[in-house]
Amino acid sequence: MNWEVVIPLLFFLLSIFIIGFWATRHIAAKNDFLQEYFLGSRELGGLILAMTMVATYGSASSFVGGPGAAYSQGLGWVLLSMSQVATGYFVLMILGKKFAIKARQYKAVTLVDYLKGRYDNSKVVVLLSAISIIIFLFSAMAAQWVGGARLIESLTGLSYTSALFIFAVSVIVYVIIGGFRAVAVTDALQGIVMFFGTLIILIGTIVAGGGMENIMTDLMNENPNLVSPFGHDGSLTPRYVSSFWILVGVGVIGLPQVAVRAMSYKSAKGMHRALIIGTIVVAFMMFGMHLVGVMARPILPGIEVADTVMPSIAMEVLPAWLAGIVLAAPMAAIMSTVDSLLLLVSSTVVKDVYLNYVNPDATKKKVKTISFGVTAVLGISVFAMSLSPPDLLIWLNLFAFGGLESAFIWPVVLGLYWSKGNKYGAITSIVVGVGAYSIIHNIWPEPFGMHTVTLPVLLSFIGYIIASLLTQDENKIEH
Amino acid sequence: MTGHKEKFDPRFKIAHREARIGVGLVLFNFLWWFGFAYGLGSKPVEEYSYVLGMPAWFFYSCAVGSFVMIGLVIFVVKTFFKEVDLEEDEEEENPS
Repeated sequence: MNWEVVIPLLFFLLSIFIIGFWATRHIAAKNDFLQEYFLGSRELGGLILAMTMVATYGSASSFVGGPGAAYSQGLGWVLLSMSQVATGYFVLMILGKKFAIKARQYKAVTLVDYLKGRYDNSKVVVLLSAISIIIFLFSAMAAQWVGGARLIESLTGLSYTSALFIFAVSVIVYVIIGGFRAVAVTDALQGIVMFFGTLIILIGTIVAGGGMENIMTDLMNENPNLVSPFGHDGSLTPRYVSSFWILVGVGVIGLPQVAVRAMSYKSAKGMHRALIIGTIVVAFMMFGMHLVGVMARPILPGIEVADTVMPSIAMEVLPAWLAGIVLAAPMAAIMSTVDSLLLLVSSTVVKDVYLNYVNPDATKKKVKTISFGVTAVLGISVFAMSLSPPDLLIWLNLFAFGGLESAFIWPVVLGLYWSKGNKYGAITSIVVGVGAYSIIHNIWPEPFGMHTVTLPVLLSFIGYIIASLLTQDENKIEH
Repeated sequence: MTGHKEKFDPRFKIAHREARIGVGLVLFNFLWWFGFAYGLGSKPVEEYSYVLGMPAWFFYSCAVGSFVMIGLVIFVVKTFFKEVDLEEDEEEENPS
């Protein structure tokens, strides 16, 4: 085992546990357990809000899969990844203060709570959205855990199963005991690790490659397409790359784990700071990490498994102890996504299903036990699923993201800004979005040369509008 | 039922304006990104010019583009974004 690499990682894990235990003190001190456990009592400040947004979103796909894809595609993939800069400001600006105010009025703790408040307590809306969240995010979580375990495996030389075990135990423990506050604060720590990790590896790689000019010349000698925006074989068309603005740019607004953060901040001032910090951090990290993936090519030619590009280049260009610190970054990225997903799925089960329909009168103590229990059971089931891992990490991950975006973007955004939108619109939108995504994904992938997500998002928009307009009269009668 | 009854809340006017600014920013972001990338990057690779070792399309679209967006976000937040109280300051609104 490579101890110089392992020790910084252990140190990193230890700090995360300490944060988890610190956060439990808040849980004990607050009156409203649900608000605290699943939302941190809406007390996030600017830095933590920005970091938890970026860290939740910047997942295995940006730190492991992304640089791997950039390695094989060249600068065109960095261009594609830059569509994510929009997430730094777009989500918070669009959902913005209105979402935060409305969420407080509805006393919403989850995204489903918000939808429930907005759409007249519609049971169908609540159940449909809860089911979509549970199914899609569960599979996204599994994909991320596989990524985390593979990373530990490649760094430490442990077997996949032991690596997965270490990863699972670390995440499950601090999420269960610390709740949202622990997740957000560890996200902030992880975000900072990611930021500096990116900086170090970027500099290290440029130096190792003999300067930017040298690297670009090497790339061009190997294949001129690598320095063009069109990918190594010219297959990245402008239309295809642009459609990623929906999937990983503006569409992110429909992701429940992102949207829920937009109701967790304390004040407008914190939100303003988060906009600025978030944009800086996300722009730098996406640019840096993907560029490193491209530049790794001349330095370490012939890497077969894309997921190993990041760890390999870090070990190649940095001294072992520094590589250990830097490699805590992708580890942090994965953990900070997984922890948010785990808590979100758990909150959906507890708050949206159990408390709404199974046992609305549960005592505070009962809710507490159930919350801890559900989080633990979910964590352990994901662990079990990840034991025999599916190969296509990015695919599973993007499938989940695309499906959720198609389902939620319009019920959330139009619900906020279009007063005619109603529950029929929301139901249609969710059904059409998820349905169209699953069908198109399987029988007609990438229609018109665009990413699969484009058409379902469009269809669910049309569905929302038409269904809402058609049922305007019914609303009046009901009144 | 739904939105019709939404009471006039001056805070929402501010929120609506800020959301429009967000849409404006993202459109500008996209045009800058797309324009430089495919405007400068579509010619044959041999004819590329380079800035700081990077192909010009990449330098302007990705590197400079990021700085421009960061600058713009700082500018609009400092200039146009208003602080409002997020808590319930009026009496409880009927949620139905």
